Amino acid sequence: MKYKTVIGLEVHVQLLSKTKIFCSCSTAFGKEPNSQTCPSCLGLPGSLPVFNMEVLALSLKAALVLHCRIQKVMRFDRKNYFYPDLPKAYQISQYDMPLAQNGYLEITDDDRLKRIGITRVHLEEDAGKLIHTGAESLVDFNRCGTPLIEIVSEPDINSPDEAYQYLTKLKSILTYLEVSDCNMQEGSLRCDANISLCPVDSAELGAKAEVKNLNSFKAVRDALKYEAGRQKRLLEEGGRVTQETRLWEENKKVTLSMRSKEEAHDYRYFPEPDLPIFEINEEDIETAKRSLPELADERKSRFVEQYSLSDYDAGILTSAKPLADYYEKCLVILAEPKEVANWLAGAVMAELNARNENFSSIKLKPEELVEMIKLVRDGKINSKAAKEVVLPEIIEGGKKTSDILKEKNISQVSDEGEIGKIADEVIRRNEKSVNDFKEGKKNAIMYLVGQVMKGSKGRANPKTVKEILEKRLSE
Amino acid sequence: MDVKYTAELAKIRLNKEQVDKLGSELNDILSFFKNLKEVDTKGVEPLSHVLALKNVFRDDIVKPSLKKADVLKNAPQKDTHYIKVPRVIKG
Ligand SMILES: [Zn+2]
Repeated sequence: MKYKTVIGLEVHVQLLSKTKIFCSCSTAFGKEPNSQTCPSCLGLPGSLPVFNMEVLALSLKAALVLHCRIQKVMRFDRKNYFYPDLPKAYQISQYDMPLAQNGYLEITDDDRLKRIGITRVHLEEDAGKLIHTGAESLVDFNRCGTPLIEIVSEPDINSPDEAYQYLTKLKSILTYLEVSDCNMQEGSLRCDANISLCPVDSAELGAKAEVKNLNSFKAVRDALKYEAGRQKRLLEEGGRVTQETRLWEENKKVTLSMRSKEEAHDYRYFPEPDLPIFEINEEDIETAKRSLPELADERKSRFVEQYSLSDYDAGILTSAKPLADYYEKCLVILAEPKEVANWLAGAVMAELNARNENFSSIKLKPEELVEMIKLVRDGKINSKAAKEVVLPEIIEGGKKTSDILKEKNISQVSDEGEIGKIADEVIRRNEKSVNDFKEGKKNAIMYLVGQVMKGSKGRANPKTVKEILEKRLSE
Repeated sequence: MDVKYTAELAKIRLNKEQVDKLGSELNDILSFFKNLKEVDTKGVEPLSHVLALKNVFRDDIVKPSLKKADVLKNAPQKDTHYIKVPRVIKG
């Protein structure tokens, strides 16, 4: 029997507000444990939550870009459960009156656009962080009360690769919006996945497993691949899939049942009495719409059209907002879209990859990169020297292109006399190549050009070298 | 009314006597709701919240948090940085 894979994703994203969702504590990451708390986020008696206006603005942007219908009235509800990372013993979340519903996200599947439905986008507060050591668990409440949106997809995803694409697209959109930095290592994006299998021609969904402990997009894809395989084997052997929560074990590359004896959760949601309802009117929605920036897809099309870039280069340059912004900053200084694109998408990205660095933390100033590109264009240095000597120095930030030029003695030599001397020497020593060339093997000259370049320690202008050699060999 | 289940959710331990007493009290309370159900609510808009307020916001401006020493003061178990609780996951 053939089976169809059905996947739904629940993604939690931290919003980039300066303060927490219901109190004025800072949301900064990586601070001393328990240094960013107050009576409200610690759940001390007598304290009251007050909703952060910026959180509404950020979440509205996200919901609009996900094509959701914004609710006219939203309400917060209490989700009740006991856990040491939740000091109030309830989480302020949204239940039946969430921020937004019925949206979608488009992914590209084999060059075909596919729409993945978004069931809902709702607001909630994050819990604290637990560190498990020996016989104890340590609690840090700094994260407690950090604003989150939960984005729930419809079960429209039909393969682990589509799930990977959905997450990549979602991250691209949310980082472009500057709504979240979506950093999975720091926990600002977290994902749980539901997966079930059913016969291709069946309309009924099979029993699903919820997979947790997914720490990267790759882990999501790997875990779903494993889980699809496991469920298929079970069904083919005539077994049944148990509806349960399973944890992904990154080291062993398997999912394991949590085997918890806990009965089904009973969260007893009820309206949060400490917060009023929130009405979102047309004007709020229009304001949010006007504040939406150009997103990756639009920007890519514009780059192709406005700067005559290839689809491929435009795709790389718009893959992250900081990179696209950087590119356009360079163009303000040097209006050579193709040349700048080649350097940025090529050598600069390669150098960063080699250093295992992310573009968002680049220290190289657009001014210095442009300076280097100009020097290459004007024939002052050759591109090899730029790539191998100048770029690795200026990419660390702090150093000026012009200083490195003096320091490393790599100014390009275009002087015919100096190159001529090296060329004569090369011609004398490479009789065979010279004869080959004279007998009509025109490619033989490239070897001689290479030798002259080597003789000049890479400083000669290759174009001049070729001209001089051709002149001398035809004499 | 399942008193034991409710007590379990609220993490309180009850003896047999208390279960019986609370059971009958809670049943009395629940029966009051039956009276409410008899009220004719035709044409009455559903209420989404008991507060008459709406749209109460604050600006996104950081204010000083509590000192760590004060935060940890009430914790029965702690070290210099953290509140300590009995280990909550196995393994
Ligand atoms: Zn606080």
